[in-house]
Amino acid sequence: MKKDIIISGVGGQGILTIAATIGTAALFEGLHLKQSEVHGMAQRGGDVQAHLRLSSDPISSDLIPEGEADLVISVEPLESLRFVNMLNTETGWLITSMNPFRNITNYPPLEEVLNAIWKLPRYVTIDADKVAKDQGSVKVANIIVLGAASPFLGLQYANLEKALEKMFSRKGKEMVMLNLKALKAGKDYAEKHT
Amino acid sequence: MEKLLLLGDEAIAQGALDAGISGVYAYPGTPSTEITEYIQNSKQSKEHTVRSLWSTNEKTAMETAIGMSYAGKRALVCMKHVGLNVAADPFINASITGANGGLVVVSADDPSMHSSQNEQDSRFYGKFAQIPILEPSNQQEAYDMTRYAFEFSEKTGMPVLMRVTTRLAHSRSIVSRTGKPVPQNDLRLPSSPKQYILLPVNARKQYNSLLQKQVLFEQDAVESGYNIFTDGKDKKLGIIACGLAYNYLIENFPGSEIPYPVLKISQYPVPTDMVRKLVDQVEEVLVLEEGYPLVEELLRGLLNEGKKIRGRLDGSLPRAGELNPKIVAKSLGLKVHKGFDIPDVLVDRPPLLCDGCPHTDSFLGLNEVMEDYSSGRVFSDIGCYTLGALPPLVAINTCVDMGASITMAIGAADAGLVPAVAVIGDSTFTHSGITGLLDAVNNNSPITVFILDNSTTAMTGGQHSSAFNRLDDIVRGIGVDPDHIHVIKPLRRLHEENVEVIRKEVEYNGVSVIIARRECVQTLARRMKLKALEKKKAQQVSS
Repeated sequence: MKKDIIISGVGGQGILTIAATIGTAALFEGLHLKQSEVHGMAQRGGDVQAHLRLSSDPISSDLIPEGEADLVISVEPLESLRFVNMLNTETGWLITSMNPFRNITNYPPLEEVLNAIWKLPRYVTIDADKVAKDQGSVKVANIIVLGAASPFLGLQYANLEKALEKMFSRKGKEMVMLNLKALKAGKDYAEKHT
Repeated sequence: MEKLLLLGDEAIAQGALDAGISGVYAYPGTPSTEITEYIQNSKQSKEHTVRSLWSTNEKTAMETAIGMSYAGKRALVCMKHVGLNVAADPFINASITGANGGLVVVSADDPSMHSSQNEQDSRFYGKFAQIPILEPSNQQEAYDMTRYAFEFSEKTGMPVLMRVTTRLAHSRSIVSRTGKPVPQNDLRLPSSPKQYILLPVNARKQYNSLLQKQVLFEQDAVESGYNIFTDGKDKKLGIIACGLAYNYLIENFPGSEIPYPVLKISQYPVPTDMVRKLVDQVEEVLVLEEGYPLVEELLRGLLNEGKKIRGRLDGSLPRAGELNPKIVAKSLGLKVHKGFDIPDVLVDRPPLLCDGCPHTDSFLGLNEVMEDYSSGRVFSDIGCYTLGALPPLVAINTCVDMGASITMAIGAADAGLVPAVAVIGDSTFTHSGITGLLDAVNNNSPITVFILDNSTTAMTGGQHSSAFNRLDDIVRGIGVDPDHIHVIKPLRRLHEENVEVIRKEVEYNGVSVIIARRECVQTLARRMKLKALEKKKAQQVSS
C-alpha cells in the first residue's frame, strides 16, 4: 500500500486537521507516514499545502515527487489547481471544495476555475459549505472534503471515524458527532457522484 | 520503546529532553520555533523544571546557554539560520572557551526562503568555528543525533552545531525514543579556572586546544556511524549525499539498490578518508547537498584539476533553492514524471495581513501622512508588518534584518533624507531595536520611530514578546523626550486623530516615538476561545 497525498487550501482553512485525521487513521493501520507542513509567513492568508505520504514500506523523501501524487485534496477550488502538476496523470484524483476563498483582488471567475478542474480525467467537486451547513455547521467544510476523499485513501473508513473521535474528544461529544456526520455526508456525496 | 509522531523540530526537542537538558534558550524564528515550543509544553520538561522561556534575541540565548554549560549543565540553543548571525559573536567564541556541560546549538536553515530573507547555509558557521556539525536526514536521526550531540559535546569539551532545513524541521514522522532518559547534570564548574577568561594569553592556549581537537572530530565523523559508505557495482559515478539530500536519492530507487557507490554524510568535518575511498574507485562524483555547495567546493578546490565533480557549481543541480526528488532524479539522468499542466487561470495568492489586523490601521495612518513627502522614506523591519510592503498598502521601503529599521533611518537622515521613519514591531524592537534608538537619541536624529505593538511575536505564531508591558519605560529610559513619545490605538474610528499625531511627529526635527498598541487579532481570538472553554468547563463543574 502506498498513497501520496497533497492537501491544499488557504491558511486557516483547516488543512492540517485533514492531514492529522488521515495520519492518525494510517497509524491505526500500522502504516509508515511522513507529513510535511507549512509554517511561518505563508500561513498568513496565503496558499498552504501539506504533503502526506502513507506506505506499508519505509518512506524516504518528505516531499512527494512531481507527477506522482495519487490525490490532491483541496478545501478551495483555485488552490486545487496549484498542485495539478503533482498529480499522477494515469491514476491521480483531485478532490476539492467548490467554494472560493476570495482574499485577492484578481480572483478569476469561478466558472473558469471549475471548468479547468472539470477538464481533468478524475475529480470530485463538492459544494462543501452547503453540505456542511446541512449537517449543522459551516465550520466542518474541511471534514466534508475529507469525507469526499475517503473512498480514495485506501484506508478503512472506520479508522477515519476513530481518528476523528480521538482528535475531537477533547472538545466534547457534540463536536465528535458533528464531525462524524460531516465525514459521512462527504463520503456519500463522492460515492454518488463518481 | 515508546513511539511518537513528531516534527523534525519536535524530535530534536524530545531528544534534548531525554539527554537531560536543564534549559533551552531561543528566540522564535521559522523553521526553528517548534523546538522550544515543544519543550515549553512538555510534561517531562515541567516535571524536571527545564528552563524554557523565550530569550530577547539569539545572542542573549547563546550567551545564557554558555553560562549554563559553564555551570556544568546541559543546554540547548535554537534559532533560525539568520539568528545565528545575531549570535555569531558568542557562538564563535564558545568554540574557544569550549563547553563544560553539554552545549548543542541548533540552526534551522530555510533554503528556497519560504519565510526568510536569505538562504545562508549554517554548515559554514560550524566550519568557521571549527566545531563538529551534525546534519540529520530524518526525524529519527534528529532524535538520536541530539542525544548523541550532548554526549559528544561533553566528551570533547566542545559545543556541537546541529543543522536542519525547513523540510525536516516541518515534516512529521514516527520516532522511537531509544534508550532511557538521562538525568540532569549536577552543578560542576570547569576544571580549568582560566578556560572561560578569553584574555589573549588564555585564548591562544584555548585556540590551540581547539585546533588539536580537529583530528578527534574527524575521527569521530568516521566512527560514529552517521557517515555511511555503501558500495555499488557501477563505478562510472560515485555519489556524496548530505543530510536531507540522501532521502531524495533513495526516493529515486524505490525497492532497488542504488547501482553506484554512495557516501552519506551527516557529520562534519567531512571525513577525508571516507571521501578518498569513494573518489578513488569512481570515474566522476555527484555531490547532493541542501544549501550551499560546501562539500562540492571542498572537493573541486580552486583549480578543479582532479576527477570531474558534479553538483550545484557545474549546473547538474540548480545553484539556488532547495532540492527535491525531481531535481535529484534529473541530476542522475533518470526519467522524471510529469503531472498535469497548471492551467492559465491560476493566480498567485501571496500572504497578507489578517482581517482586523492593527498593522493595517497603523499603515493607513502612516500612508496618509507620508503622501506629503517624496517616496522612499519608510524603513521597516522583520515581522508580520513586513507584509505592508505588498499591495494594497505598499507602505514600507526596506526590510533587511532584525532592528535595521531604526539604524537605517538614522543613516538615511544623516545623508539628508529628512524626515525618515522607522517601522518596527514590539518584539523586534526589544530583539535589536533598543541600541539603535539609543544611537538616534545620542545623535538627535530627525527620525520618527513607529513601534507597532501587537503585544506578541506574531509572525512565528504568537510567542511571548520580551517587550510586553515594558515598552513605554524602555523608550523613556533611553532618553527620548517625553513630549515626543505617544501611545495611539490603531483603530479605523480613531484614524483622523492618529494621523494628526503621526503628522506632528514626522514634522518634528528630532527623535520621536509613536507606539501603536493593539493586540494581535490571532492571539486575541485564541485568548477568547480559551476563556470561553474555561467558562464552559467551570459551568459544567458547578452544575
